[in-house]
Amino acid sequence: MNGQPKRSLAQKLVVGIPYAWLIAFFLVPFLIVLKISLSQTAIAQPPYTPVLELAAGWHGVKNFFAGLSLDNYVLLGSDPLYLLSYVKSLEIAAFSTLILLVIGYPIAYGIARTPRRLQAVLVLLVVLPFWTSFLIRIYAWMNILQRDGPLNQVLMALHIVREPPVWLATDTAIYIGIVYSYLPFMVLPLYATLEKLDESLIEAAADLGCPRWKIFWLVTLPLSSPGLLAGVLLCFIPIVGEFVIPDLLGGPQTPMIGQTIWTEFFGNKDWPTAAAVAVALVCLLVTPIVVFQQQAMRAADRS
Amino acid sequence: MRKVSSFNLLAIVLGVAFLYLPIVILVIYSFNASRLVAVWGGWSTHWYAELVDDAALLGSAFISIRVALVSASAATLLGTLAALALDRLGSFRGRLVFASMIYAPLVMPEVITGLSLLLLFVAVAIDRGFWTVAVAHTTMAMCFVTVIVQSRLVGFDMSLEEAAMDLGAPPLRTFVAVTLPLILPAIAAAWMLAFALSLDDLVIASFTTGPGATTLPIRIYSEVRLGVKPEMNAVCSIMIAVVGIVVLAASLLAKLAAARGAPARP
Repeated sequence: MNGQPKRSLAQKLVVGIPYAWLIAFFLVPFLIVLKISLSQTAIAQPPYTPVLELAAGWHGVKNFFAGLSLDNYVLLGSDPLYLLSYVKSLEIAAFSTLILLVIGYPIAYGIARTPRRLQAVLVLLVVLPFWTSFLIRIYAWMNILQRDGPLNQVLMALHIVREPPVWLATDTAIYIGIVYSYLPFMVLPLYATLEKLDESLIEAAADLGCPRWKIFWLVTLPLSSPGLLAGVLLCFIPIVGEFVIPDLLGGPQTPMIGQTIWTEFFGNKDWPTAAAVAVALVCLLVTPIVVFQQQAMRAADRS
Repeated sequence: MRKVSSFNLLAIVLGVAFLYLPIVILVIYSFNASRLVAVWGGWSTHWYAELVDDAALLGSAFISIRVALVSASAATLLGTLAALALDRLGSFRGRLVFASMIYAPLVMPEVITGLSLLLLFVAVAIDRGFWTVAVAHTTMAMCFVTVIVQSRLVGFDMSLEEAAMDLGAPPLRTFVAVTLPLILPAIAAAWMLAFALSLDDLVIASFTTGPGATTLPIRIYSEVRLGVKPEMNAVCSIMIAVVGIVVLAASLLAKLAAARGAPARP
């Protein structure tokens, strides 16, 4: 039924409805962000100029384009606050993705080696926390990490520390929160590829006298690379723009870029700058996002 | 043949403990009679009793549930159509753009999705409130729905559909009588995921909401951002319990449906 030159009305609707929705609520909003990032802040409603006035005809359109400028992007480049914020976000995302990989791989591998019936239960166990609210899971860590919280109580009781260490409002807390929240996103794609891994290849390598670490490095790891790439991208990209975790667990040090957008928007009411920060963030993430899309498309087409 | 080494076992046990310990601790503290975290004042349901009188909180919970019902249903419809388009219609014009718009929102930072939708609503001068949040959540969730339904369609036995068509069933009839029942578990799972995503979302809702449409996460966030509160421990515990029961029930249902449904796939 593929490749029919003429499509029925039903088929047109099947494509057309979701297509129209995504254009209206994903693509167009994006173009608006792009446009507003080229505008100036104004004390007005909406709080930016120029506003496209189609009623004024060609003159309105001309005024509109004359009013656009790159000033907001110049600001991004010249104010170290923004640059530091981007650097910090990339740094936290890179390190936490690495930690997630190191923690997530053994878990995924372990699950893939257990008997089939147990695998389903374990996968459900890993997925279940993902269903409970993100906010609640971060809040749970606020409980644990506070000064008189259970973690410090345990550490004091075991005489590991004398003074209760400060956990909240540090980068350590941000890392803990991120690793905790994103662990299922790393484990599941890894498990999905490891579970399909042809074990005879590992046995063959072992029979030929290959040491175990070398089997892992030469056979298991390369064969699991699709899941590895998916897991890394699925974690890295959203972490760069993360807002809730650094806001609740982090401190007043350099904010992550998601927090910067939030403050520019809700705090400073500077919509054009917020839009410019967002556009720059998308540009920063465009390569990983495109790689992710191609991966996802290939995975979907592979039947 | 399959051997679980002690290292594998340790990784699983530690991983699962790491995932569940914080939640267990939160639930235990929600029953602490004392307001102070450092003091265990004995078991008590005091904080739960207090919630019943919190009209603002209950109102937010009600709004959140309504938004989630509307957006999950719309997202399931749109996402299922998109999955069918991607899987069944081969190459159509603009397929690449379409697929890109499906997969990009999966990883797009929420701050950007929220900001861009808000600027759209401002540009077209729509009053923000219940419906803008619902539209925003629909857009975010439909892509997840597409991925779930598509993964089911990919592993689909096409000969069943072909058989129905050969026997003279028109395409729509074939879809309703053969395809839909077979992908129904995936659609149900996708609806639940969309519901959970909507119920959970703070960032996109914060951008797109307006007066009178404060969702539960926005309310919780404004309460907890300055510190831990025992009342919030109770709210969160209730939400965990509800979600846990629903997900467990759904996975049991899915298992039943799979056992009863089409011949088992290898």
